[in-house]
Amino acid sequence: MDISRHWRNRKQRYRLVGEVCPHCGAKLFPPRDVCPHCGMEAKTVETLVGTGTVYAFTTVRQAPSDFAEQSPYVVALISLDDGPMLTAQLTDLGDVEPYVGMRVEMVTRKLRNADDERGLIIYGYKFRPVLERALA
Amino acid sequence: MDDIVITGIGFTPVGEHWEVSLRELATDAALKAMQESGGLRPQAVYVANQYAPVLSRQANVGVLVADFIGLHDVEAATVEAGGASGMMALRAAYLAVASGEADVALALGVEKSTDRVGPDVETALSVVLDADYEAEHGLTPAAQAALLMQRYIHEYNAERAAFAAFPVLAHRNAVGNPAAMFRRAIKESTYHRATMLSDPLNLFDAAPLADGAAAVLVARRSVLPPEMPQPLVRIAGFGIANDTLALHDRDDPLDFAAVRSSVESACKRANCSLEEVDFFELYDAFSIYVPLILEAAGFAPRGEGWKMGQDGSLELDGKLPILTMGGLKARGNPGGATGLYQVAEAVMQLRGQAGDNQIPNARRALVQSLSGPASLAATTILEPAP
Repeated sequence: MDISRHWRNRKQRYRLVGEVCPHCGAKLFPPRDVCPHCGMEAKTVETLVGTGTVYAFTTVRQAPSDFAEQSPYVVALISLDDGPMLTAQLTDLGDVEPYVGMRVEMVTRKLRNADDERGLIIYGYKFRPVLERALA
Repeated sequence: MDDIVITGIGFTPVGEHWEVSLRELATDAALKAMQESGGLRPQAVYVANQYAPVLSRQANVGVLVADFIGLHDVEAATVEAGGASGMMALRAAYLAVASGEADVALALGVEKSTDRVGPDVETALSVVLDADYEAEHGLTPAAQAALLMQRYIHEYNAERAAFAAFPVLAHRNAVGNPAAMFRRAIKESTYHRATMLSDPLNLFDAAPLADGAAAVLVARRSVLPPEMPQPLVRIAGFGIANDTLALHDRDDPLDFAAVRSSVESACKRANCSLEEVDFFELYDAFSIYVPLILEAAGFAPRGEGWKMGQDGSLELDGKLPILTMGGLKARGNPGGATGLYQVAEAVMQLRGQAGDNQIPNARRALVQSLSGPASLAATTILEPAP
């Protein structure tokens, strides 16, 4: 079990902590310290808003062993309102069929059980349809 | 500069070789390539492999292979660049002989993917993704291709049914390839009935991971005796370019920018234009890659690559034959070896040894391997040596 790898990424997983480039203003997620847009150093911490739209989605029916018990599940590319795109699962869909352009928001959910006899669980971001009451 | 030439090729049939080990596959391919080269012995060995550390608990594959093909006191190392590993091993061999550090170098690719089965294999396949930001969210290479396919259809109003053309073509061409994994043609109706892997991508949209080994021996022309057993094929140019590893880090995921860049630089180095290319061995790990590659390379306008599957232009007698021996889809995809199968098949076409699948007057081949969704594009241009 690679605990330190998951612990190290906790700010990204739980709060979408990325970076903003002090030179060109681009927001970066995941953090990468060198701005891909202007090539300058970009280490200024910035927490992203966590809302966005679905760019594309698919249902995974042949899952890797770590995700086998969740299969089938929906994974998507999400264009964040802050600018970057990320990969995340869609959750809390209920009877809602996802669609390209669907408005979604970040929530914290269980990503998977760690392959660990102590029963550790890895949490992180997933995205759900934006709730009606949030819009009101 | 002295021409860098391919003197010999060798490969095993692609498939599920339960009774054969990683080292035996590699040895078989290497010995055939050395025999085709009149017994030339390389001073450097570059071995492409993607999954042995995960699937076979074996790293240091370069040394293992050199050892078991009876080469000692030579330079030997593994080359890993995802799906482009085989082409990057050829690149390493090319640079070794072009620089004069070696006279003869061996590029060999080997994969033993049937050492595990089921979800363990899906796990292994996902190691090519961004571990923290893609794989940890349950993404797989097939799901990633499905995302591209859905968005492609959405943006360009492409017909979902039109994607059948690429696997149908691959399977038809594999009938004439004795080394192919699936030597039977499929009907369009078979394609449309296939099991869904990751909507909208079905089983026939994905090339099967397989076992196999392929070897290509490379030398500077000036060190060779005047008479060689096989016609020589010249490496006229390379072009290699990367993009972001993670698909989500691209401004425009439907633009395979590394493909464009690597094809342009390969053509520049080979001093030829796209119109002068006679056939294109491209990396059809997923059917959606085919239109994205054709568009980025410059063979089709953006959003219209899928139409090339409809008008016959990609067939063996078309204006740009692709996947001439079955491609990844029907010859099979033996991971690290795949790029060297692509090269070996192009060499057979240029030598006039492609049998039933021979393209008349094949004088220039464009060969390209990708890692992931063109996170790396490695392209070479091959010609018969004058």
